[in-house]
Amino acid sequence: MSSLTKIILQRLGLGLLTLFAVSVIIAFAVELLPGDITQAILGQSANPETVAAFRAEIGLDRPAHVRYLEWLKGILTGDMGQSLANKRDIEDFFGARLSNTLFLGGVAAVISVPLALLLGVLAALYRDSIYDRVVNLTTLTSISFPEFFVAYILILFLSVNIGIFPGISNVSKDLAFGEKLFRTILPALTLTLVVVAHMLRMTRAAIINLLASPYIEMAVLKGTRPMRVILYHALPNAWGPIVNVIALNLAYLVVGVVIVEVVFVYPGVGQLLVDSVSKRDLPVVQVCAITFAAVYILLNLLADIVSIISNPRLMHPR
Amino acid sequence: MDMYDRQQKELGRLQAKVAKGSMSRREFLSRVSAMGLGAMAPGLYMQSAMAAPKQGGTLRQALTGGASSDSLDPATFLDSYMINVGMGQLRNNLTEIDENNQLVPELAESWDSSDAKTWVFNLRQGVEFHNGRSLTSKDVVASIQHHLGEDTKSAAKGIVSQITEITVQGDNQVKMVLEGANADFPYLMSDYHLGICPENDDGTIDIQSGIGTAGYKLESFDPGVRTYVVRNPNYWKSGRAHFDAIETLFVADTGARENGLMSDELDVISSPALATASRLGERPGIEVFYTNGNQHCTLPMLNNVSPFDDNNVVMALKYAIDRQEWLEKIWFGYASLGNDIPIGPANQFRATNEEIPQREYDLDKAKYYMKQSGYSSLDLKISVADTAFQNSDDACVLFSETARAAGINIEVVRKPDDGYWSNVWLVDPWCASYWGGRPTEDWMFSQVYSKNAIDTGWSETYFNNPRFEELLPQARAELDSAKRRDMYIEMQRIVHDNCSVIIPIFSAYGHASSDKVKRSANVASNWEFDGHKNVERWWFG
Repeated sequence: MSSLTKIILQRLGLGLLTLFAVSVIIAFAVELLPGDITQAILGQSANPETVAAFRAEIGLDRPAHVRYLEWLKGILTGDMGQSLANKRDIEDFFGARLSNTLFLGGVAAVISVPLALLLGVLAALYRDSIYDRVVNLTTLTSISFPEFFVAYILILFLSVNIGIFPGISNVSKDLAFGEKLFRTILPALTLTLVVVAHMLRMTRAAIINLLASPYIEMAVLKGTRPMRVILYHALPNAWGPIVNVIALNLAYLVVGVVIVEVVFVYPGVGQLLVDSVSKRDLPVVQVCAITFAAVYILLNLLADIVSIISNPRLMHPR
Repeated sequence: MDMYDRQQKELGRLQAKVAKGSMSRREFLSRVSAMGLGAMAPGLYMQSAMAAPKQGGTLRQALTGGASSDSLDPATFLDSYMINVGMGQLRNNLTEIDENNQLVPELAESWDSSDAKTWVFNLRQGVEFHNGRSLTSKDVVASIQHHLGEDTKSAAKGIVSQITEITVQGDNQVKMVLEGANADFPYLMSDYHLGICPENDDGTIDIQSGIGTAGYKLESFDPGVRTYVVRNPNYWKSGRAHFDAIETLFVADTGARENGLMSDELDVISSPALATASRLGERPGIEVFYTNGNQHCTLPMLNNVSPFDDNNVVMALKYAIDRQEWLEKIWFGYASLGNDIPIGPANQFRATNEEIPQREYDLDKAKYYMKQSGYSSLDLKISVADTAFQNSDDACVLFSETARAAGINIEVVRKPDDGYWSNVWLVDPWCASYWGGRPTEDWMFSQVYSKNAIDTGWSETYFNNPRFEELLPQARAELDSAKRRDMYIEMQRIVHDNCSVIIPIFSAYGHASSDKVKRSANVASNWEFDGHKNVERWWFG
């Protein structure tokens, strides 16, 4: 077995353990929150009788560990369970929510990753120039504002004032791809503005870091053009740290979109998670949290694999 | 029939044609001119084209109060989103509150009772469910029984538990016998939980499919996100349900709702931000309007906890709050003053200002009652959260400033929204709360202010007044309106002076809509959105 396969298998095993730990922590944390689902749903009309009837109906009168083990058994056999609140099968509606979130994350990634890399490479090439400063200033500004503020600014200019894009992203599954894309543009742009700075600065820093190396000086002395020096000599050795940052940001595009989803009324997993936590709907919270954790673990694994492949020293450890 | 009558009748016929769209403007003008009304003709045309509803279009509305935990089971309805979908779009009740806040027949054509204890409802004939099956009395009985029984979690249990016997009398009559006389019983049948659903073979009702008898058929339901319904072509009500389809979104964020409206993604939204409502209304094409309903804020005190067991302290607090300031600074004028009485403008027997004068901020009286109570100064805590009512923390900070002059120090304690109704309300001695209001005096008083309410867990104050308890069943059973009015005025006075609750504000329901959305001059105020019947009463102009 090659060392790479071994590393991957090891990581996947550890990932499963992490997921298990996450599910325990989530179950425990939801248990700690004040009130339970019956009180959250019944609100002001939560008198002891109705609460007791409701608890018995959804099996909430049994101890927490029994309910957790039952859930664990279900999830290991591929049964996501039912929402406690309205008894819908989670797999019936979770898929649609997840595909919405992945779609939004995907659109944002397609815009932001190439943009960040391009701007980053150019910033390294023309470092300390006016261009470098302007790009840095703009992206750092946009990352410094809270997401909802960036979202509202975009809505104000692109939606309310000019009226190009819709101010809320009312996407449903029967929309055509083009229409769905159109309605997803504003939230995707918001996310782009939030994540570009991080990737751009890492690209710039990783490349500049290498520019002081002897082999780059050699290339410069040979008279290679600056652009070629960066793309063919510096960039291949800078991939490790850059991919790591890209992976982190891609993960953020999936799991960090809660606020953007709320502002644009985008029906994704983030909105579902917030809703379910406030209603204490544990099975739904678990599925959302496990999915988010899995996305994080897999993207980090991917980043590690890429940095190992791009670095011969790690490919063949002594 | 004289000349004038005949002319009016002819004119009415022509106007109806215009309204239906079956007569052109040109034809109308020439026909009306022929009647010798030439100069008035264009105005008459506008009037009929404006006033009469037109059919068509997809209404896109955004409401609050939804969640991904929502379900189509009427027993679980709690907040405005599902009330609008369930009661407004899919299902009818036996009775309805109309746009003038009056009780009118809906699925029950008429009802009758000689003693207010045994009620017979005569069902309308020829009403069909969305699946084509005819409505019968069995469906009605099963739909009511859905909320009865030991293991029900229905919020309507409190309303229907007074029914001791419910039986079918033929296909078109339902008899209900109550444990005690209740003159308001037909009102209670308009409650949003009591929508009539089709009966299943086993005696339960179909709550999953959304099949009902109302103006729209369910196409898709994605809880907490979106509901899509299309017009029911066989709707039994004439002149109702004018839209071809309705898309109802749940949008929790106020900014998002307003953005959706301003960028023409939505046609009507609920609850625009109070602070900016007037500026939103200034935008061309957008209209902001409020309806004054029975929804009110309360500051209840548990009267078995010192010092709230002393009515002098309560009275001092009632005079130490500046309601006018609350109205202006917290509600920006979009509300009306409360008079420590839970009966609102949409109720029948609300006391007028002559009967019970509006209580105002009066430092002298507050000081007088403080002196009577024997306290030289008081340190009190009030628990607040946004779930009780928006900006309750700011409002109570204002209160603490006006009360300080009377020697009362109020500390405002902000509590989390989560679990507020279980861990704070009815637990902390003094807190902020609210009521959506009830269509009848008896309902409001019985549910929250009666001695019985202490046992059922609804009493915010543990109010227990012998005279009030004596009047409550008498007024409930009285079929003579004038006598009932006297009794209810007396009961309102008792609460006004003796109950440990401050009711400072009746908050209005706020709406913003595109000016394409038309509605009649009267809008019901028992709930927001025209009593949540907007989908069948409004239309596109």
